[in-house]
Amino acid sequence: MRNLHVRLLSLALILFASGLIFYKVTKLGLPLLPSEEIEVWSVEARLGFDPKDVPIKAQLTLPRSPEGYVIADENYVSGKYGLAVEDKEKNRIAEWAVRRAKGEQVLYYHLQLARDNNEDVIEEMIDNSKKSKEKIVFPKIPEYSEGKATAVNALLEEVRQKSADIKTFTRELLLRFNSKTPDENVQLLLSEVKTDKERVNLIREVLAGARIPSRTIHVLLLREGMRHGSLTPWIQVHNEQEWLSFNPGNSERVMPKNSVIWQMGDNPIFNVDGGKNVKLDFSISRHTQEPLRLAEQRARKMGSRAMEFSLFSLPVETQNVYRILLMVPLGAFLIVLLRNIIGIKTFGTFMPILIALAFRETDLVWGITLFTLIVALGLAIRFYLEYLQLLLVPRLASVLIIVIILMTVVTILSYKLGFEHGLSVALFPMVILAMTVERMSLVWEEHGAGEALQQGVGSLAVAALGYLVMSNDILNHLIFVFPEVLLLILALTLLLGRYTGYRLTELWRFRATFGD
Amino acid sequence: MSLMNRLLPWRVLKAKGIMGMNKRNGDYIAAYNKRSQYPLVDDKVKTKHLAEAAGVAVPKLYAVVEIEKQIRGIAKKLEPYDDFVVKPSHGSGGEGILVIIGRALGGYRKGNGEMMTESELDHHISNVLSGMYSLGGLPDTALIEQRVEFDPIFSAVSYQGVPDVRTIVFRGVPVMAMIRLPTRMSDGKANLHQGAIGVGIDLKTGKTFSGVWHEKIVEQHPDTGASIVDLQIPQWDKILELTAHCYDLAGLGYTGVDIVLDRDHGPLMLEMNARPGLSIQIANQCGLLKRLEKIEALDDIPESIEDRVKLAKTL
Repeated sequence: MRNLHVRLLSLALILFASGLIFYKVTKLGLPLLPSEEIEVWSVEARLGFDPKDVPIKAQLTLPRSPEGYVIADENYVSGKYGLAVEDKEKNRIAEWAVRRAKGEQVLYYHLQLARDNNEDVIEEMIDNSKKSKEKIVFPKIPEYSEGKATAVNALLEEVRQKSADIKTFTRELLLRFNSKTPDENVQLLLSEVKTDKERVNLIREVLAGARIPSRTIHVLLLREGMRHGSLTPWIQVHNEQEWLSFNPGNSERVMPKNSVIWQMGDNPIFNVDGGKNVKLDFSISRHTQEPLRLAEQRARKMGSRAMEFSLFSLPVETQNVYRILLMVPLGAFLIVLLRNIIGIKTFGTFMPILIALAFRETDLVWGITLFTLIVALGLAIRFYLEYLQLLLVPRLASVLIIVIILMTVVTILSYKLGFEHGLSVALFPMVILAMTVERMSLVWEEHGAGEALQQGVGSLAVAALGYLVMSNDILNHLIFVFPEVLLLILALTLLLGRYTGYRLTELWRFRATFGD
Repeated sequence: MSLMNRLLPWRVLKAKGIMGMNKRNGDYIAAYNKRSQYPLVDDKVKTKHLAEAAGVAVPKLYAVVEIEKQIRGIAKKLEPYDDFVVKPSHGSGGEGILVIIGRALGGYRKGNGEMMTESELDHHISNVLSGMYSLGGLPDTALIEQRVEFDPIFSAVSYQGVPDVRTIVFRGVPVMAMIRLPTRMSDGKANLHQGAIGVGIDLKTGKTFSGVWHEKIVEQHPDTGASIVDLQIPQWDKILELTAHCYDLAGLGYTGVDIVLDRDHGPLMLEMNARPGLSIQIANQCGLLKRLEKIEALDDIPESIEDRVKLAKTL
């Protein structure tokens, strides 16, 4: 009856906690495992212009879901402007509007781009772009001016002979445009071109002569510390299967590693009605961020309640305290396992856990060394105190004082000798040390040195094990991001609370009854 | 032992009905011992008063020391007695028990023959008061009582100290018993953890089986060399009756009752334990579980002590 009750309670706790974890992982995208920090690009687009004396309408094309990146965060600095953002094909258009403005006007758009390491997502996106059967419109052959027509036709003929398909065709064409010693035809065509944009338009015009569908995209190259950067136009041609990107400047096929397609299609990148001297430039900086924070920001953007009550809403120092605190239940669970399933004896129930917490700061080997040193010295002095026949509380207090003196001496000596690690002895819980000395000496007196050493080594082994568990990065991450894991631990502990089977050490203890 | 049992040793224990620590704590102590009754057995002064009121024979109480100041007058109070025992009221596992067997040279002689000055005795009592031997280290009371002069039948099989009979009493029925023989290693104490021998007793006849010393089977006393097998415990029925009677004192369902056989006064109840140990199973080469389950299966336990002892003998 009581067992059933405990089992049902545990089951309820496990279901609730697992459900919450499942929701957080699948819906909010919180990572189950800790991963290395990922790159986040901070992009600032600055649109500046001088107003005319009319109502102003400024439009800026923004990326929607740039391939290979995730928009972690974005915001607009609009001042007194009204803002509307709408989707348009593969882009979004931000439209700022104001009735009247004086002086130089500046509008900002901030964007946080995180590289999407989730390859599945990228693949999915590629699949989608393949699946969505775009209607490719094959361009008509443009009507070139007379002199131009000859040059274009000659160029196309030459390129056609040296290429096999649309991909190689485009490449050959671009090679000719980018050659250091362009031939006459190209020279003629380029003679009228002044800006990059015109150059891209010219190349597209030539491609149209071969009835190759093409479009312009604008690419933002992500360079750390870039100021006053601008978008680079690229050309995409369609080979009846997919869009292939080409850099018109050097005929490269592959997009640079850190680049993002800002705009796609024929919309203007920006357009300001009622403004002059319009200027758009980009500043970019790079920083790294934990994927966890990123997921958390995203979850916040989605407006999830679960994140509002997460530990991340606490100040950082408090968070750090809880990072350690939340590991204690794991240690306690370990103690339950070791004592009730294995049957190891320790000094004090949770003393090893407190020692293990101190090991977090001192490192394992140094922790064990210092602990052994202090307890051994403390024990020696405690045996002398026994001879003085002191009352209990003064004796405990003396042991405590001696433990602190020993800690001080060890710290000073190790510092003088140049052992940095000796300094961390101050992090040991001294009351626990004093109680360990006291209990150990009592066990020593009453049950002999063997029993005392056995329990001492047992405690230390449990502490070391506890340290290994409590300093495990994966567990640390798991329990901090998903505090409901504590409910799982509670459920398991409750179940173990009704475990009435044998302890491992009892198999040894009762071996004498195996006889017949 | 079959291969299967060798691989899965707990199956052997289970088949023999050996009770583990978890089982004892979870299914017997937690279920049958009400926590509010614990103080009645944890506090030896209370147990003694209860026992005296119920007519259960106990060693005579000489003095109770509750505060430091009373220690000064204790020598005077003890003047009429040549021998006595100092015990912490809340002690466990026989810790803090001091046996004085006589006086010499203005001091005391301890059970192990060593001398002790008056101030050393005072210090021991002071330690007891400070809670050094009590459960949880709380301040304690010291009681000084009559030293039991054990029945000479045991003199060949005990090294100093007093052998006692530990019986597990479940719902008022004695279910398993052993006699604990002090050794040199146990410093005259009848505590198995400290190195005393536990010898199983046949409930029906009161005769001993072989013993266990440090969880190993022994047939001779390690210090005296005398056989410990097939000894007849004198006044066995009286001992069983006394243990069954003790159940009525505290109303604890699962207890260990410790009884000594005094040369002159017969069986005396020394103390009761709400968390009796499990080594008694090794001493008896028999698990507790089957017997406990038999008693558990009964709806009613006989009211009279004689019937309960009769029931015990059928287990």
